Amino acid sequence: MKILVCIKQVPDTTEIRIDPVTKTLVREGVPSIMNPDDKGGLELALRFKDKFGAEVTVITMGPPQADLILREAFAMGADRAILLTDRKFAGADTLATSNALAGAARTLDWDLIITGRQAIDGDTAQVGPEMAEHLNIPQISYVAGLDYDGKTFTVKKQTEEGHQILQFEGKGLLTVLAPAFKSRYMSVGGIVDAYDREVEVWGADKVDLDESKLGLKGSPTKVVKSFAKELKQPGVIHEVDAEHAVELIISKLKEKHII
Amino acid sequence: MNFNLTKTQELFRQMIHEFAEKEVKPLAAEIDEQERFPEETVKKMAKLGIFGIPVPKEYGGAGGDNIMYSIAVEELSRCCATTGVIVSAHTSLCMVPILEFGTEEQKRKYLPKLASGEWIGAFGLTEPNAGTDSSAQQTTAVLDGDEWVLNGNKIFITNAGQAGLYVIIAMTDKSQGNRGISAFLVEADTPGFSVGKQELKMGIRGSSTAELIFDNCRIPKENLLGQVGRGFRIAMKTLDGGRIGIAAQALGIAQGALDETVKYTKERKQFGRAIAKFQNTQFQMADLQTKIEAARLLVRSAAFKKDEAIKNDRIAYSADSAMAKLYASEVAMEVTTKAVQFHGGYGYTREYPVERMMRDAKITEIYEGTSEVQRMVIAGNLFGKI
Repeated sequence: MKILVCIKQVPDTTEIRIDPVTKTLVREGVPSIMNPDDKGGLELALRFKDKFGAEVTVITMGPPQADLILREAFAMGADRAILLTDRKFAGADTLATSNALAGAARTLDWDLIITGRQAIDGDTAQVGPEMAEHLNIPQISYVAGLDYDGKTFTVKKQTEEGHQILQFEGKGLLTVLAPAFKSRYMSVGGIVDAYDREVEVWGADKVDLDESKLGLKGSPTKVVKSFAKELKQPGVIHEVDAEHAVELIISKLKEKHII
Repeated sequence: MNFNLTKTQELFRQMIHEFAEKEVKPLAAEIDEQERFPEETVKKMAKLGIFGIPVPKEYGGAGGDNIMYSIAVEELSRCCATTGVIVSAHTSLCMVPILEFGTEEQKRKYLPKLASGEWIGAFGLTEPNAGTDSSAQQTTAVLDGDEWVLNGNKIFITNAGQAGLYVIIAMTDKSQGNRGISAFLVEADTPGFSVGKQELKMGIRGSSTAELIFDNCRIPKENLLGQVGRGFRIAMKTLDGGRIGIAAQALGIAQGALDETVKYTKERKQFGRAIAKFQNTQFQMADLQTKIEAARLLVRSAAFKKDEAIKNDRIAYSADSAMAKLYASEVAMEVTTKAVQFHGGYGYTREYPVERMMRDAKITEIYEGTSEVQRMVIAGNLFGKI
């Protein structure tokens, strides 16, 4: 079995700065990590490696520095790592990103694609499902469990009410929830080897896709305005009965010149 | 000259830091309180390869270096000094002498078991009458046919009772003095070998510290480590390396106590403001951080020299490791004592970790050579024979 895991490097903070001109994230000076849901996805793939001898390839699209999370993936146990990096990929929204990743996937041999549910920087949860659409394969999102009997995959899909058990055969794409798959630590031996191994660096020419679908050109999303969410002040709780509550509300509204 | 960690060392630091925070820290108070050896943590560390950091891959190790090893002990000790010393004694005092002085056969037989963490290692030099004067060995080893017969007692042995293999120093020819001392490898289940009473300690209370008893303990002739009569040198060389581990442990304890104090002084309000806002707090803490960083440079520099010495045996690091241990352990004592002071009454209670760190710090000034021994080593290097 061959598993392709899509991972993303994200800033390790909730205090994300946004470039006021380009409206995109400023990554400089912010420590970067492997996106938690993606790490959960890698963990799931590595469990399949432990159990069924699956071959695990990790792929990421990003700047050259994204090499770091691929080294981390090596040290956790991944077999092969691909870095999609090219100026032509820059400025990609989720559609262009999923197009690029799907384009790369078309040139690779795999049985299963695993992505994280969503990345903590954008929180869109779109790239995985879009990839499945581009590749025309079944997808199951919000995966919290996976089993395999040699032919059929049995998937536990988290829903708001509980979970569903779904089955499929053949190729498919899963988007994974990090809390369901507590990721392993990098092993010391894996770390020692991580920088001796080859990360394959692919440019846009290696991806099976029309260049017009890549990067800023292939991104229909237009960000009108980005702004930092303002913090609301903590509220005050008044323990009063209904009659006094009306008076209180009116006085407060008057205080603020609302009425 | 480059003070940066390599990419590999940095990746390792991130892993071990996270491991220590998530897996080691939550148990630190409990194993101290219960004086319990943290078997569950040992298993986790074994799985990750933490017990085989500087051992080459051909012997089942991770193939890392001594900088990585020192970072491991530092980061583990930042959260739990007990966990730090388990790794340190195992690595520096048992695996490394086998790696450096063992025969190819001994390396193939023992290193994979030790590096994988299947076996923990220990080292026995100290005796009731041979502490700082470690050449006054009373444990004897006599060759009888194809076996060495060991008799005597060792005390204060870290990892005793938990270890699968012990490097043991014993007298083989009293008339030769230091040159009559030899080193041996003793497996835990050897008849005639037993573990005596556990010491009740002030600090590092989760680590096992006990007596070793040899009562006509017979080991195969091939379990001699190095040559006959070279045991004292093996022990001293082993401690040169071990001191880097203890220095790293002290450094970790100091950093842990400082980190706790930064956190506490920012939260704790007196006279209407956080005590971190008082210049007395800031200046004292600035001095402590400076000392910690100086200690870190000494530790890393000694570890770097040890790595260089592996490639070139003309490089000596004995004084470097002594200076690292002397300085880092005294800094650890100072930082932890002041950390308790900054915490005030709360710091004296077991609600906060700094009192444990202060108890743990003290041993780093004592074991693997007291601060006085380190000064002897440093002065010996400085003056030569006077």
